[in-house]
Amino acid sequence: MAVLVFAEHDGKVLSEAVAKTVTAATQMGGPVHVLISGTGAGDVAGEAAAIAGVEKVLTAEDAGYDHALAEPLGDLIVGLAGDYDHIVLAASTTGKNVGPRVAALLDVMIVADIIGVESADTFVRPIYAGNAIQTVKSSDAKKVVTVRTTAFEAAGEQAAVGIESHGATAAGGLSEWLDDRFAQSERPELTSARIVVSGGRALGSADNFKLVEQLADKLGAAIGASRAAVDAGYAPNDWQVGQTGKIVAPDLYIAVGISGAIQHLAGMTGSKVIVAIDKDEEAPIFKVADYGLVADLFEAVPALIEALDD
Amino acid sequence: MKIVVPVKRVIDFNVRVRVKPDQTGVEFANVKMSMNPFDEIAVEEAVRLKEAGKADEVIAVSVGVKKAEDTLRTALAMGADKAILIEATDDVETDIEPLAVAKLLKAVVEAEDAGLVICGKQAIDNDVNGTGQMLAALLGWSQGTFANTLKVEDGKAEVTREVDGGLQIVSVKLPAVITTDLRLNEPRYASLPNIMKAKKKPLEVKSASDFGVDVTPRLSVVSVNEPPARKAGVIVGSPAELADKLKNEAGVL
Repeated sequence: MAVLVFAEHDGKVLSEAVAKTVTAATQMGGPVHVLISGTGAGDVAGEAAAIAGVEKVLTAEDAGYDHALAEPLGDLIVGLAGDYDHIVLAASTTGKNVGPRVAALLDVMIVADIIGVESADTFVRPIYAGNAIQTVKSSDAKKVVTVRTTAFEAAGEQAAVGIESHGATAAGGLSEWLDDRFAQSERPELTSARIVVSGGRALGSADNFKLVEQLADKLGAAIGASRAAVDAGYAPNDWQVGQTGKIVAPDLYIAVGISGAIQHLAGMTGSKVIVAIDKDEEAPIFKVADYGLVADLFEAVPALIEALDD
Repeated sequence: MKIVVPVKRVIDFNVRVRVKPDQTGVEFANVKMSMNPFDEIAVEEAVRLKEAGKADEVIAVSVGVKKAEDTLRTALAMGADKAILIEATDDVETDIEPLAVAKLLKAVVEAEDAGLVICGKQAIDNDVNGTGQMLAALLGWSQGTFANTLKVEDGKAEVTREVDGGLQIVSVKLPAVITTDLRLNEPRYASLPNIMKAKKKPLEVKSASDFGVDVTPRLSVVSVNEPPARKAGVIVGSPAELADKLKNEAGVL
């Protein structure tokens, strides 16, 4: 039977996570159908229809599904579940919010945050903040799975397949959206950026954190931060990289003044190339770094910015 | 209003977890166990709501081995009024799945006629991030996950949620399940007098079968392995050398 992928979007463009989630979904079996909900679903459906491996796109264009509230979305997905063996969502904050709700309504165990698909019923996922990797086999008739999208390549393109409108309407009442507070930024989004520059507690102040921003802007990179830097108020919450923050896996990750606590490493060791700049040569970050520079970051970062020009 | 707070006994967050050589799980022998850090935040938030006069009673619940009593005593010392231990296994290495835990919690919530559940968003052992959402689904309740601010009034909870890209603010109708993110509060330390007092607070012991819930896992663990090690890197001598390596060797610029 088919695999249903839930697709996120902002009303204008499809989330970059969708093509990666489709890659995971095709490894579970096929054919893959993509569900898009809320205002603007029809406008972005064409993007989903052109992702290689997708057989059909379903749209549920009711404003009651806007803002990805878990209660109506859970009902929507459960209403479609009869036709599918697998229901797959990105392990984004939306997928993590909705996926377990769907699983419980179907009386199945959620298979959360997978980084590999062994077969239709067997999946690989990190536990203990990535300090161990577990392979689990599900005995449930239906599998509800969330996918750590940084672990999968994006699916390619294809000639667009058909789009069907699914006439469901959301029953409101349990929860209501009030506001979003999203930081506006010209920089790339942290979890999908090709280069990430992150700063740690060694920066010493929010003002000094600008050094990280300068290096990031030089490289066209997204900005991250360690939990220590966030807790100290040097950087906003949503920049936090780590098990309790964002999981990133860019081509290049530059850690500036980050010692490398276990929980930070869990969020970035999937990066292709890791660079560490820190004064303390004993810092654990150097154990995972491809290139380490033991130096005072206040001298090394400006010098690096200059050297990148040459 | 009664608040139910589930708490889990897990390997302490400061312990470096080691995979067992036979690949069946991780090492539990002589390892320090503590309350899941997100659950401490949940207990703190519930106790603060009671202190603010918004709740009458805080009930801590744990599902697992007999030793989870220690975790419940910690919750009592932090200010919970009573505790319920649901013994579901006698093997510390057996992790009761979130679906089964949610079913047991549903039974407790109904028996206690609770109006709010505050859970940690995620247990730091299995990292599932699912129990609260599953409980809300089974109860047919609303859910406010990953909360960094919680305001309870007029039969509603206003929840500021930490989501990808920033914050989302929602209003959920009570009864509801709230799950806690890191920045919701800073949990208090239990004082010695409160630890002594906690010993006298009621702690009921039940079993999973008392609630008629089957805790047989739906996921079987095929293997548990070490994460792939990264190959050893090089220490470069200067920022200029670093820039050169990035441009000419690493192939990422």
